[in-house]
Amino acid sequence: MRRWLLGVVCAALAAAAPIAVRTATPQAADRLDAMIVDGDIGRSGGTLVVAARAEPKTFNPIAALDIPSRDVIWRMQADLIHINRETQRAEPALARSWTVSPDGLHFVLSLRRGVRFSDGHPFDADDVVFSFSAYLDERLHAAQRDLLLVGGKPIAVRKIDAMTIGVDLPGPYAAAERLFDSIAILPRHRLEATWKAGTLGDAWGLGTAPAEIAGLGPFRLERFRPGEDIVLARNANYWKQDRAHTPLPYLAQLTFAVVPSEDAQVVRLRAGELDVLNRVSSQHAATLDRDQASAPYVLRDLGPGLEYHFLFFNQNDPVPAAVRGKQAWFGDERFRRAISLAIDRASLVRLAYNGRGTPIWGHVTPGNRLWANTAIPRPPASASAALALLTQAGFKRGADGTLADAHGTAVAFSILVAAGNAALNDMAAIIQDDLRKIGITVQIAALDFSAVLSRVLESHDYDACLLRLVDGDADPTPEMNVWLSNGPTHLWHPLQARPATDWEAEIDTLMRQQMTTLDAAARRRLFDRVQAIAADKLPLVPLVSPNIIVAAKRTLGNFRPAVLDHYTLWNVEQLFWRAPEGRR
Amino acid sequence: MTRLLGPAIGVAAVYALVLAAPFVAPYDPTTQHRDRPLAPPTRVHVIDRDGRLHPRPFVYAEDISGATHAYPLRFFARSSDDSAVGRGSRHLFGVDAPAEVFVFGTDTLGRDQLSRLLYGGRISLGVGLLATALALGAGLVLGCIAGFVGGWTDAAVMAASDVFMALPWLYLLLALRAALPLDVAPARALASIVIVIGIAGWARPARLVRGVVLSVRGRDFVAAASASGASPARVLRSHVAPEVFSVALTQASILIPQYTLAEITLSFFGIGIGEPTPSWGSMMGVMLRQELTLAHWWLAAPAAALIGVSLLYHATADALQRRSLAVGVSR
Repeated sequence: MRRWLLGVVCAALAAAAPIAVRTATPQAADRLDAMIVDGDIGRSGGTLVVAARAEPKTFNPIAALDIPSRDVIWRMQADLIHINRETQRAEPALARSWTVSPDGLHFVLSLRRGVRFSDGHPFDADDVVFSFSAYLDERLHAAQRDLLLVGGKPIAVRKIDAMTIGVDLPGPYAAAERLFDSIAILPRHRLEATWKAGTLGDAWGLGTAPAEIAGLGPFRLERFRPGEDIVLARNANYWKQDRAHTPLPYLAQLTFAVVPSEDAQVVRLRAGELDVLNRVSSQHAATLDRDQASAPYVLRDLGPGLEYHFLFFNQNDPVPAAVRGKQAWFGDERFRRAISLAIDRASLVRLAYNGRGTPIWGHVTPGNRLWANTAIPRPPASASAALALLTQAGFKRGADGTLADAHGTAVAFSILVAAGNAALNDMAAIIQDDLRKIGITVQIAALDFSAVLSRVLESHDYDACLLRLVDGDADPTPEMNVWLSNGPTHLWHPLQARPATDWEAEIDTLMRQQMTTLDAAARRRLFDRVQAIAADKLPLVPLVSPNIIVAAKRTLGNFRPAVLDHYTLWNVEQLFWRAPEGRR
Repeated sequence: MTRLLGPAIGVAAVYALVLAAPFVAPYDPTTQHRDRPLAPPTRVHVIDRDGRLHPRPFVYAEDISGATHAYPLRFFARSSDDSAVGRGSRHLFGVDAPAEVFVFGTDTLGRDQLSRLLYGGRISLGVGLLATALALGAGLVLGCIAGFVGGWTDAAVMAASDVFMALPWLYLLLALRAALPLDVAPARALASIVIVIGIAGWARPARLVRGVVLSVRGRDFVAAASASGASPARVLRSHVAPEVFSVALTQASILIPQYTLAEITLSFFGIGIGEPTPSWGSMMGVMLRQELTLAHWWLAAPAAALIGVSLLYHATADALQRRSLAVGVSR
C-alpha cells in the first residue's frame, strides 16, 4: 500500500533521454552554476494562491507521509536528479551531470557549484551524504527508505570530493536515476545535531519558526496560519534561471489556501480568490466549462492520467466460508473475461465521468506515453459474447434469465466500493445493470474506505471490489508490490508463498527481469508482455482512466500542467503573471 | 375534526400514490436511459409550435433521422419499457418510443426521477410505518403492563426503557450493517432496518403509555369499576384502552416521519437499501455533490417530497393533539 501511495510523489523515470535543459558554464568556483530552463520569459513579482484540501502535518521531508505536506514541502526542497513531469524523463537538478559504470552498479554525480540553501549556507557533498544517511536510518522510518533499497539492500552514498558523489547500488537496477527523484537534499548545518540526538523525525514541525527551515527549492516558508494558509516567499538563492539568465522563481509569494471541499474551491476560483486548482472533478469541470468563455480562468483537460479504475475478484486462499463457494467462478479466467466483455466501458466514461475519461483494457493507461502497450486488444462490450464465453465455461441461463453454474447455483456476488467516491459508486451501479443483463445478480456494498482496504488486504472477506490505483510514476518498478505474487498489494491474492498460477509465476519473472535489465528496448519488451498477460488473464479488470482536469487564472504564464503529480506546480519556479498590475 | 381531515387526507393520498407506484410510475425505477443522464424535466405541451391546440398533451422528441415530432401522452397504456419489471404492464401515462417523458427529469445514470421517487417512497415511508407499528406495538404492551401491574414489573420495564433510550440508534444501525453479509438482499436489509429502528424505539411510547395508564388507574370511575368486581382485563379494555388509544395515535403521527427520516439518513450515507433499489435517502445522496444539485435542481425532488410529507404529518399530529386535549377537557 505504502508503495503505491508513495508513488504519487516519488515519481521518476528510468529511460535516459535527451535533456531539455542547459547548464551555464561556471566562471569561478563559487559562482552559481545555474540551470537554465526553457519556457516563456516572464516578469517577476506577484502572489499565486493555490487551493489545498488540507493543511500540512509537517514541513519535514523525512516525516511527511501525507499529500498536503508534500505539496508544500516540494516547493521548498530540491533533489539531485528530477523527473520532468512534462516529458516524463529524468533530467539534471542539483546534480549537473552523472556517469554510470557499464554494469549499472556505480554512479558518479557532479554537483552544481555555487548553490546555496535558502538561508544562504553553501550546499556541498556533505549535505548529500547526510541526507541519504538520514533517509536510510532505520530509526526514522522515513517513507523514502523503501525507495532507496535495491533487492532489499540499501544503496551506498559516499563523498568523492566536495562537489562529487559516488553512489553504489547493491544490484542492477534499471530505473536507477529515478531513485534520486523526490529525495530532498537536507541542510546538514541545520539538521545534523537533531539527527545525532535522535530527534530528526520531530524536527521542522508546524510550530517551527520559519527562519529555522531551509531548503534548496524555489520558495522558503514565510508564515503558517493554522486552518487558513501557508505562505511561502521567493528563495533568492534558487539555482534555476530563465533563458535571459533572470533568476527564478518569478513569483514573489506562493500561498496555499486551505479550502477543504472541492465545492468551495470551485466557488472561490470563480470568485477570483484562488488562482489554481490542482484537480477538478468531472462534475465540477462541467460547471466551470460552461462559464469558461466569460470567466477569467482556463480549464485544462489533460486527458487520461496514470490513475486507473478496475474491478477485481477475491482469489485468496483461504477465504471466509461465504466466499469459498464463489471462488470456482472467480478463479476461472473465462468468467473474468466474460465480466469484462459484459461491462460497457463507454457508459462508465459517459455517465460516471461526464465523458472526461478513457476506457481502458490494460492497466497501463494511455497517459503513460512511455510504457503503455498499444497492442492490447480492446473488444467492444457485448452481452452475447460474454454469454457465449460463460456457456463455454459451463454456466447456463435458466428460464427466468438467471445465470447458474454447472452445479445449478445462481451466480450472485457483491461488489465492495468506497462509500465516499461518487464516480466509483456510479460505476458500480452501471456494472450492476450490465451484469443483470447476462443474468448475474450483483449487490453493491458501499463501505468506508478503510473498511474496504481492511477487507481486501487483511480479512479477505469480500467477493469483488471496485478500486482505483494511482501510479505516481510512468516507470513500472514502483508497481512491483501490486504485480509480484508475494507483494503486499497484489490485490486479488496478496502475499502468496509461491505463485498460485503459472501466469502469476511468469509475471513475477518478467517484473524481476525488467527491474534489472539495463537495455531499454529489452525492458520494454518484458513489460509489454506483463501488460499482455494481465489483459488476458484479467486479475484486475481495467475499466476507466479518468482525465486529469486542472484550472488556473487565464493570465498565469508558463502554465503547462502535466499528468504526473504535481499536475500544476511542477514548474512553479517558471509561473508568472502576464498582467503587469499588482498581484495578477 | 376539520383540522384533522385535510392533513389526514393528504397523508392517505401520499401512501396511495406510492402504493400505486407500479401503475403511476411511467418507468421501471432501475432502468438506465444511458443516453439521457441528468435530463431536465420533459416539457409537456398542449399547444404546438404552430399555435394549434391539441386535445391530448404531447411531448416533442427527435426520431432516428433527427426530425422533431410531437408524441402524444398515452394514458392507461401498456408499457414499452423492456425491463423485467415494466414489460407489458399498464401505466397511468406514457409515451411511444423514441419519445420519453421524464416529469421530474433523470438522475446521473439516466433513471426516471418520478418513478424512483414513487418506488423510493414505498421504501422510505414503508420503513417509517412498519418501524412505528413495531415500536408502538411493543410500547403499548409494555407500557400497559408496567402501568397496570406496577411494583417490580414497572421498575424493570422502566429501567429497560432507560437503557434503550440511551442507546445511540444510528451507531447501532451502523454496527448492524457492518455485521450483515455484504451481499445482503434488499428485502433482508429492509427487514433489519425496520427491526432495529422498531426495537430501539419502543421505550418512549412505553413511558408515555405507562403514564396514561397510571393516571387513568387513579381516577374514581376506574376504582369504582374495580370495586364492583370488573376483571383487570375488562378495566383495561373498557376504561384504559380508549385513553391510551388517542395517545398512541398522536405518537404514531410523530414517530412515522421520525423513522422515515431515520431510513432516509441511513440510505443517504449509503448504508440503507442498496442500489439499484431506490429510497428517498439514496436519491438524496446525490445532494452531497452541491455543484451537481445546483446545476440540476430536479435532483432535489426527494428532499421536497420529504418536506411535504413531514409537514403533513406534523399537521396531523398537531390536530390529533388538539383533539385529544379537547376530549380531555370535555370529560
